[in-house]
Amino acid sequence: METVLDDNRSGPSGQRIGGNLARAWLVLVLALVLGAALAAVQVHLSPIIAANKRNETLRQIPALVGLEPATLKPGSLEIRSGVFEVPANGTARFYRVFMVRLEGRLAGWVVKTAGQGYADRIEVLIGFDPGVTAITGLFILEQKETPGLGAKIALPSWRRQFVGKKTATRLTVVKGRSAGAGGIDAVSGATISSRSVVRIVNRTVHDLAGRLTPEAVRFAGGES
Amino acid sequence: MADQPTATERFVQGILPENPVYRQLLGLCSTLAVTNGLKPALTMAGAVGFVLLSANVIISLIRNLLKPHLRIVVFTLIIAAFVTMVDRFLAAYMYSMSKALGPYIPLIIVNCIIICRCEVCASRQSVFTAAADAVGQTAGFALALVSIAAVRELLGTGALAGVRVLPAAWPDWVVMVLPPGAFLTFGLLLALVNWVAARRGGGG
Repeated sequence: METVLDDNRSGPSGQRIGGNLARAWLVLVLALVLGAALAAVQVHLSPIIAANKRNETLRQIPALVGLEPATLKPGSLEIRSGVFEVPANGTARFYRVFMVRLEGRLAGWVVKTAGQGYADRIEVLIGFDPGVTAITGLFILEQKETPGLGAKIALPSWRRQFVGKKTATRLTVVKGRSAGAGGIDAVSGATISSRSVVRIVNRTVHDLAGRLTPEAVRFAGGES
Repeated sequence: MADQPTATERFVQGILPENPVYRQLLGLCSTLAVTNGLKPALTMAGAVGFVLLSANVIISLIRNLLKPHLRIVVFTLIIAAFVTMVDRFLAAYMYSMSKALGPYIPLIIVNCIIICRCEVCASRQSVFTAAADAVGQTAGFALALVSIAAVRELLGTGALAGVRVLPAAWPDWVVMVLPPGAFLTFGLLLALVNWVAARRGGGG
């Protein structure tokens, strides 16, 4: 034990680097072995995790466009997934959109969007009516906001405020109960998380309103 | 080194005499956060148990190769790898539980219970003793989580593991499943454990 500590203090720097490498071999070997093990776990499990996320998204879609899944006739609901491209500042933004059709007629849209929250990225699903004139639902797919404060953005009681908001009006965060036409009451103690969601919604609405039509979406072949 | 506890002693100590939560007061962040119900509490205990057992066994196997100034790096590396595996496993096979536990699974990496057992036991004793130590400490951790979670879920929602057991007339004390309930329950149970220990002359 003592010789090791002595080695650390003595010797020219060149020798010390070589010595440190020689002594750190265990860390390097472990990093390689554990890294390989993690890569194997990732390769094996990531398709299952992706499928879980996709299923969660698909389960939310009927409610987001204002439909009651239980009251629907089996087979009457058709969900097609596609990509919608919006030109923005010379580049393009891509949205994953789900077109919802009920008995062959367009019933609404669900759009997957995301943005920076207080702690980490927030992933949101937003439901729109067929003409993208009003919001019909909002769901938080992924968030890591502060538990007990910002995490309340995921609660139905808070999300319900977005339902029925017109896409022509820009949404703003208000504090207290004076929510007007475009007002969203902030989660108390979590103004930043609330503003983040509203900013994500506003940007998405700005990109999609008046542009999202079945013809403008590139649908994946055969996916339903 | 001759006076190190045996495997049996390590196992028994982990459950009550050196209970990680009630006697050592370690891992309290996750203890307070996941005990709003029995199901998340048991999942957390299982996750910590897997990581603790894996880390203790591997560190005990390589204990003669450890350098004093690099040992914490090695502990953290091994713990982080197993925690990531648990995190991915939960996301793949227990998706809703993984979402409910949120950041507390990745936070097992900095759970002091595990690094403490690596330092105190696994880096000095045989694989068998280290494994017994991990199982004992996990049992102690699970016991603590389940006791706190049972009180909180019962008083807060009138249910145990999601099954209603109290009559419908019970007014659910919602505060018990919120963070203040965690502190209240933990404080009272900790006082109870200390009181019992003091009466038996165990001191503490």
